[in-house]
Amino acid sequence: MAKSDLIGGELWEQYSDKVADRMNNPRNFGELTEADAGKLGGKLIVANEGAESCGDTVRLFWIVDEKTDVIKKAAFKSFGCGTAIAATDMMAEMCIGKTVDEAAKITNLDVEHALRDAEDVAAVPPQKMHCSVMAYEVIKRATSIYRNVDISTLEEADIVCECARVSLQMVEDAIRINDLTSVEEITDYTKAGAFCKSCIQPGGHEKREHYLVDILARVRTEIERERNPERVQPDDFSKLSVVKQIRAIEAALDEHIRPALAHDGGGIELEDVQTDDDGTVRVHLAYQGSCKGCAGSVAGTLTFVEQTLRKEVCDKIRGVVV
Amino acid sequence: MERIYLDNNATTIVDPAVRDAMEPFYCHMYGNPNSLHSFGIEVRPYLHQAMEQLYAGIGASDDDDIIITSRATEGTNTVILGIYFNLLKDTRKKHIITTQLEHPCIRESCRFLEQHGVKVTYLAPNREGLITAEAVKEAITDQTALVSVMWANNETGLILPIREISEVCKEHGVYLHTDAVQAIGKLKVDLKQIHVDYLTFSAHKFHGPKGIGGLYIRNGVSLPPLLHGGEQMGGRRAGTVDVPGMVAMGKAMELANEHLAFENTEVRRLRDKLEDALLKIDDILVVGKRELRTPNTVYVSIRGVEGEALIWDLNQNGIAASTGSACASESLEASPILTAIGADKELAHTGVRLSLSRFTTEQEIDFTIYTINKAVMRLRQLSTSY
Repeated sequence: MAKSDLIGGELWEQYSDKVADRMNNPRNFGELTEADAGKLGGKLIVANEGAESCGDTVRLFWIVDEKTDVIKKAAFKSFGCGTAIAATDMMAEMCIGKTVDEAAKITNLDVEHALRDAEDVAAVPPQKMHCSVMAYEVIKRATSIYRNVDISTLEEADIVCECARVSLQMVEDAIRINDLTSVEEITDYTKAGAFCKSCIQPGGHEKREHYLVDILARVRTEIERERNPERVQPDDFSKLSVVKQIRAIEAALDEHIRPALAHDGGGIELEDVQTDDDGTVRVHLAYQGSCKGCAGSVAGTLTFVEQTLRKEVCDKIRGVVV
Repeated sequence: MERIYLDNNATTIVDPAVRDAMEPFYCHMYGNPNSLHSFGIEVRPYLHQAMEQLYAGIGASDDDDIIITSRATEGTNTVILGIYFNLLKDTRKKHIITTQLEHPCIRESCRFLEQHGVKVTYLAPNREGLITAEAVKEAITDQTALVSVMWANNETGLILPIREISEVCKEHGVYLHTDAVQAIGKLKVDLKQIHVDYLTFSAHKFHGPKGIGGLYIRNGVSLPPLLHGGEQMGGRRAGTVDVPGMVAMGKAMELANEHLAFENTEVRRLRDKLEDALLKIDDILVVGKRELRTPNTVYVSIRGVEGEALIWDLNQNGIAASTGSACASESLEASPILTAIGADKELAHTGVRLSLSRFTTEQEIDFTIYTINKAVMRLRQLSTSY
């Protein structure tokens, strides 16, 4: 949070003039038919992407010269918001005159750049970036139809953040190389999670295959394991007797958590340990002293306690305040 | 460009008579009503008058309390957190019942309590978009402390059966809170006829200023304060009273009640005219039976026309409306109301709300009808599905 975040609500006023203009007067909307393709002596490609139930759809039409692979004409139809319409319109225009292979390299980031009024000012606000992603995906779809190959062969593997086109490998490398410990740092280093935020954790704008919180937890565990192979591992933890589980948690509380809380006049007691069927270990905790009733005790402090226990004892731990 | 405001469920224009009523309390009668001297003394009669207007406005009896708050969100948080400290925290009561239709100030306060071990049931609307007393009754257990159900829905204007729900709550000894933000000024709210324990409202939804609201607490019902630090409002809400705001809210409440008949005839007539004209468009769905809605609201879903794209086109023509599911919001879940009434999934992102007020004119409605038709034609030409 900072001064610029406190009022909020900005959306349309952050559109570039080009975005607004193309929303009001898209140049390339409409349909192309076999008859049009015949006249131009090319092949008609029609690609569909998205679903109305998810908020936007796009249909891209190409007429491609089969001798040269050059896209001679492009048009689109779209069900979506202003960003979706403007981005698709710009994308269709950018396809014209390119070969199919060149067009297949256009990304939503290129489209967003082309829609900028000034080089260093984004064309759309961050939370609208994902509305341009479909413009990228539909090109891949059209290319796969033209080349008669499965679309999966054209897609980059394991994209974590569609808005900024950051792959799983890039996120993992950033965490390892820079020893990152928070999602905010991942965003700073890679831009993943900087736009629609869906990829940060479940429950966001759309469902994702990978979430930054999970990747971070997994890679951190791997890093810790490499650095400290002696420590109790999650598999081992679940095999411990309840008494030993409690001892392990108490030891971590004593060593890493209680001193920090005592600094602020607070404390914490372990009340219970329960393991769910899915392996989640619920650690029931009661706050003491100034932690009790402190607003932060269920937010920041709990996160700190939980993360420390995950790191020190078992990565399946969930803190429950009683 | 002349602008047309059809987003009155979001906020309203301040009635000029309300502005006139509050104006003297900025530079002339600016005393603190808790002061002993003449500056304080001269203000107090106006606050008593505002209280009279508010009590009369919602049919509160003299033994009940209406706490002046900064907004309905504050009132609601006071109720939800107060119930926690009074009951949920240390007694056998561990359960709150609310609905999926509620404003985020209810939903998020309840989510917050869930982190503290409170169980919350979020009732889904039925196929008419309503919550029935029967559904509330079935959800009540011996652990239930509070039921919180809105009086009228902001999105669709649907009016919920608060009387029946209140009877169920009374029968089971469960407290009832109702968010009446969308009800006041649109339908008769009379707490002599309907038994609720807590009711919250906000002045800016009925032509008062922003930043002032009320929390009704029935006589004998306890609730600890949210804000501590002074004896204002009988100790139930600390903080220097917003004198101009309170005077304005009293005046706005009085005017709202004076205009109820007008709302029910003239505003309703314009809304019906708009709705009838929209229903002539092919593949359009209006949510909720007309007779079950507040007279100022229509929520439409137009196949093939994405909601934000439509309000963009309306805004280009100076018309302000709003969409249920903005694609920029952090959650893309379909509006629960559209799911509940069994609308196609394809319609989930097409909802647009138009909400009128007593300041809406016939010419504005005529221009809106013309503009929506034009926009729907344009967007359907662009649309993949039309």
